[in-house]
Amino acid sequence: MNWRETLRTGLEAVRSHRLRSALTMLGILIGIAAVILTVGLGEGASAQIQSQINSLGTNLLIITPGSATSSGGVNGPLGSATTLTVQDADALASRAVAPDIAAVAPTSQTGATLIAGTRNWSTSVIGTTPGWLQTRARAMAEGRWLTAADEKNVADVTVLGPTTASKLFGASDPLGQTVDINGVPLEVVGVLKPAGESASGSNEDDQAIVPLPTMQQQIGGSRTSVDTIFVEATSAATLSAADQEADTLLLNLHGVSAANADFTINSQQSLLVGGIGVMNIMLVSVTERIREIGLRKALGATPRVIRRQFLVEASLLGLAGGVLGAAVGLAGALVLPHLIPDTVAVSPAAAAGSIAVAMLIGLVFGVYPAGRAARLAPIDALRTE
Amino acid sequence: MSLIELADVRKAYRTGSLAVAALRGITLSIPAGQYVAVMGPSGSGKSTLMHILGCLDVPTSGRYQLAGEDVSAMSEEQLAGIRNRRIGFVFQQFNLLATMPAWRNVELPLSYTRTGRAERRERAVTALGRVGLGDRVQHRPGELSGGEQQRVAVARALVTEPDLLLADEPTGNLDSGSTADILTLLGDLHAAGRTIVVITHEADVARRAERTVHLLDGLVSGDSAAPVVAQ
Repeated sequence: MNWRETLRTGLEAVRSHRLRSALTMLGILIGIAAVILTVGLGEGASAQIQSQINSLGTNLLIITPGSATSSGGVNGPLGSATTLTVQDADALASRAVAPDIAAVAPTSQTGATLIAGTRNWSTSVIGTTPGWLQTRARAMAEGRWLTAADEKNVADVTVLGPTTASKLFGASDPLGQTVDINGVPLEVVGVLKPAGESASGSNEDDQAIVPLPTMQQQIGGSRTSVDTIFVEATSAATLSAADQEADTLLLNLHGVSAANADFTINSQQSLLVGGIGVMNIMLVSVTERIREIGLRKALGATPRVIRRQFLVEASLLGLAGGVLGAAVGLAGALVLPHLIPDTVAVSPAAAAGSIAVAMLIGLVFGVYPAGRAARLAPIDALRTE
Repeated sequence: MSLIELADVRKAYRTGSLAVAALRGITLSIPAGQYVAVMGPSGSGKSTLMHILGCLDVPTSGRYQLAGEDVSAMSEEQLAGIRNRRIGFVFQQFNLLATMPAWRNVELPLSYTRTGRAERRERAVTALGRVGLGDRVQHRPGELSGGEQQRVAVARALVTEPDLLLADEPTGNLDSGSTADILTLLGDLHAAGRTIVVITHEADVARRAERTVHLLDGLVSGDSAAPVVAQ
């Protein structure tokens, strides 16, 4: 059976199981539309959109102290709410120990009132390391980002979110100006590009970022522990490997077993939801069509042909879901600016990229069901009533 | 050389730690052109024998030669090719794909060969004509009676011009009228030179064949010319 033939069979299967196909596509559609809108809401720069999709969707790990155990309580020794340290972050950043981790950013956060001249503005102050910019997939609008030297010298510098900058300095240029945080005068060296709201709803554009040592030694807060460690995997494919490495490393460093871990690792995987939807439906489809697979095998279909047929079907569903999701996302991008004050910028590259990602999701998550179908013994398959 | 040569074929299934011997040494030779019925009570091993004859499964030990080729040690890919070229299946449940019209069902085995689309369709339509369904080419299985569906299945089994037509309880789901139709059709095909093996537990079906092989507890308990001999 050649590719054209397989494609035709795949199309027929998608068409003849309309409800099932529609539900699968819906999962991807929502995922893709959400990604297009989140990306489009904050960011117009097309060059960054592909990496934005990745960081929003698949390769960021968020490590927080404490562990939500199934029994409900937070498990761990006394003071378990502050169990992550700068040393943990340093260890995670080691290429030798954790080869699948690309960047690490320990952060410590506090609320403070910022004073610039006669204006003041209350917002969150984040102490972190230079890796933060990459792990959070942010970019600079002007000025420079924090450097390793800032960290080493406990430099009195800060980078402001765009909202914070305009609240404190209005239309005038914030670069080189001084901001006073908890009595510590800091020089504004840079301003971030806007990013919109995070998944948890906090405003990513309203914050002041300072070097972690500056935060710990001058502004206040704990001297050793950090609130969150952001970890970026080297790629979407190595996310679970990076998760494993971080988990093993931290368990070792803290000398605890997995059962009473004093930290929690979360990954942001919105696209994964769509992918798992495809896998689920394809598995159902394999079960539902066990007789068809058995029959095709009895009539001479080789395992390879069967695998190909299911892969083609899964990527067709992914593609269709991606196209529809992009359409909904773009429609949303046209409508949303009339409802909220923010602008929505969606580039063709973002739409095309997310369609490609959707098709890839179908393909990747179709592999397991397709393998299952190909391995079915024809007699077992035919015997099923 | 016979079309089918089975030499001391054994098959054991493993369920957990328990090994169940389904076939315990079958030696059987079927020449080309013969019409054979395989009979036996349930549990006698006739389904297992059908799976091995149909290359849907391989024996645990023993040799199976089909048209001179030893298929007992072939890979899954090779077996798929053998099934495609040499064997036409007719199942009790018809096993037609409900979403496709009759001719698409019939051309299915050809889609796993290197046959072009136009030729596939032409051969499918010819095969449907041969089973008396020349006017039902575009009908879907749901629009056909049970007997007609089974005739579509026979057409599908014939479309690749296989060496062996293997039917597993072909009339098990049919009323008496359709049963007679299908048995007449099989008889005609045999008269035209086809090798046919029918697995059945119905004496009426077995009586049409020229030879009956009886199985009991995984062994051949009787092998005779039809009709059934009392044991």
